[in-house]
Amino acid sequence: MATATAEQRNLPAAPDGHKHKKNSLSDGQGRLAWMLLAPTLLVIILVAGIPVIMSIRESFFQTNSGVDPNTGMVAGGEQFVGLQNFTDVFSGQNDVTGSYGTMDRFWNAFLNTTFFTIVCVLLETVLGVIMAIIMSKAFTGRGVVRAGILVPWAIPTIVSALMWKLIFDEAGVANRILGTQVLWLADSGASFWAIVIADVWKTAPFIGLLTLAGLQTIPAEVYEAAKVDGASTWQQFVRITLPMVKPTLVVAVLFRTLDTLRMFDLPYGMIGPGKYRVETLSIFSYQEATQTRYGPAAAYAIVLFIYVLLVAFLFVKLLGADVIGDSGMPKKKKKKGDTDAGAKTGQVPALETMGGAH
Amino acid sequence: MSATTSASTTEAHLTDDEVKQLAHPKQSPKARIGVIASYVGMALIVLYCILPFYWMIVSSLRLPTEGRDTTFIPTPASLANYQGVFAGGSNFGRSLVNSIIVSGTTTILTLIFGIVAAYALARLSFRGKGGVLWVIMACSMFPLIILIPPLLKMFSSTEPFDWFPNWINTYQAVILPGLSFGLPLAVWNLTAFFKQMPVELEQAAMVDGCTPAVAFRKVILPLAAPGVFTTAIIVFIGSWNEFLVALTFLTDASRQTATVAISKFTGTTGFDTPYGTIMAAGVIVTVPLLIAVLLFQRRIVAGLTAGGVK
Repeated sequence: MATATAEQRNLPAAPDGHKHKKNSLSDGQGRLAWMLLAPTLLVIILVAGIPVIMSIRESFFQTNSGVDPNTGMVAGGEQFVGLQNFTDVFSGQNDVTGSYGTMDRFWNAFLNTTFFTIVCVLLETVLGVIMAIIMSKAFTGRGVVRAGILVPWAIPTIVSALMWKLIFDEAGVANRILGTQVLWLADSGASFWAIVIADVWKTAPFIGLLTLAGLQTIPAEVYEAAKVDGASTWQQFVRITLPMVKPTLVVAVLFRTLDTLRMFDLPYGMIGPGKYRVETLSIFSYQEATQTRYGPAAAYAIVLFIYVLLVAFLFVKLLGADVIGDSGMPKKKKKKGDTDAGAKTGQVPALETMGGAH
Repeated sequence: MSATTSASTTEAHLTDDEVKQLAHPKQSPKARIGVIASYVGMALIVLYCILPFYWMIVSSLRLPTEGRDTTFIPTPASLANYQGVFAGGSNFGRSLVNSIIVSGTTTILTLIFGIVAAYALARLSFRGKGGVLWVIMACSMFPLIILIPPLLKMFSSTEPFDWFPNWINTYQAVILPGLSFGLPLAVWNLTAFFKQMPVELEQAAMVDGCTPAVAFRKVILPLAAPGVFTTAIIVFIGSWNEFLVALTFLTDASRQTATVAISKFTGTTGFDTPYGTIMAAGVIVTVPLLIAVLLFQRRIVAGLTAGGVK
């Protein structure tokens, strides 16, 4: 059971259902729980569930345009086109030239999205872990660093996009410091890296923050024992630190990955819409939708959705990302011993989630 | 045998100074380097985070004609860009109000729904809890763009949605999709927070004759205020920073939120990108958030790490 720890903690009387004592805390909880959850679930169905289903339906239709040959009238409405919105990406009608040669605009956006995600998340994770380790070694001044680290997080992405746009301007400070004259914003290969830098700047501290929370749950005794056994600093990092922050880190990386896959604000704000070197699936779909090509827009959004689901699934299956378990809250150090055990061992809730997730 | 005796005799001959020295072992050079390195590292982290933002502030304080200037301190410093943000036909003041309305409503609705749901998830045991958690988690994962095509079609009353009222340029067109990412965030954070509170609190209240509902209202809710407050800030910031939905559904300048307004700044001259004005507007939009973040940084960090969700 995914939630076994939580329930046992709250209901010592009925952990296995055998000795179900009369208890005002546990009797009739089901109905009360569903009553309390109903508004939230209703809202989620309304604002997320139904639109997703509408999107799926939409992806099989195309808006009519032009003049209907039979009636001579301006055609309105829409027509069912089956899988055409999906198969059109193989037809080569919409070829553009981006960083990967000439290909359909969809594939170009797909590759951009993929490479943005791989590069950004890799750099963010490495930088974030380094930051977390530095912060965990600090004796004083943690408050200052924490305040500083929240600055990139709090700045609206679109504002940070415009900020980096100024920095990477042809006559901007980036070129001045580097002594170069790179046209960062001109939809070139450099634009890709400008966006990577802007994204890493904004989110690496966030990963650092989450990783730090994970680091702080590692008891000092473990390191002392390792030192006594003669482990080098590197061995300590690889054999102790990494495995023990893994549950926290994997969840942080998963969320960053999903977030980068739907990247929109940064390329849109920095380079602009319709720039093929940096166009992501979100931007492409947005552009199609605003040009009333709802069918293809929905189809691309659904491909992105499936892509996101697939990545999330792989994370949970291969890396054991514990997305709904308790180990996501490693900071309850001061709690009682029994509640702490689950959070400290870290791996245990992850395994529980895996078992109970289906 | 003889070794221990000799050790104890030497110990007896130690002077007070030597004892003191042994009690406070000097830092080895290696450890000292470590300390210095950690301070250098911390300084680098802070610089890394602050410098680009510093550039934004500096650029906003230049003369409007020197938008791309690259001197590190504006000479002469000028507030003209800040006046320019609100000057003339600019709707920026209005867009700030719009942002407050949209983010405020989203936050309040999110909290109302989220608190009761989180309480149920944290405290009650029922069949299907795992399923509910997965639904909420999935909701926070899916790309927002998938909402755009059908909702744009619906809100603009395009066939076959001619029966639907035209919601383009209305607040609800942004608030409702906003709930889809605010609600999972709130439920997640609050569930983590409620779980931290000892269940004995309610039990004590119930022993004293409270019904579960009263115990929740009179005991739990006041104690959960910090968690609720943190969640409110995080949801508010998320909603304040939202761009894609607002960009799609708010096309009229008088209805735009601040983030959309900034992205559409063209300035009065129209030819050159008015970087100074844009940076000034960016600072205006960001500073309230930064103040909130700095005041409540401890709680926000706790909330973020508890949620594990952006």
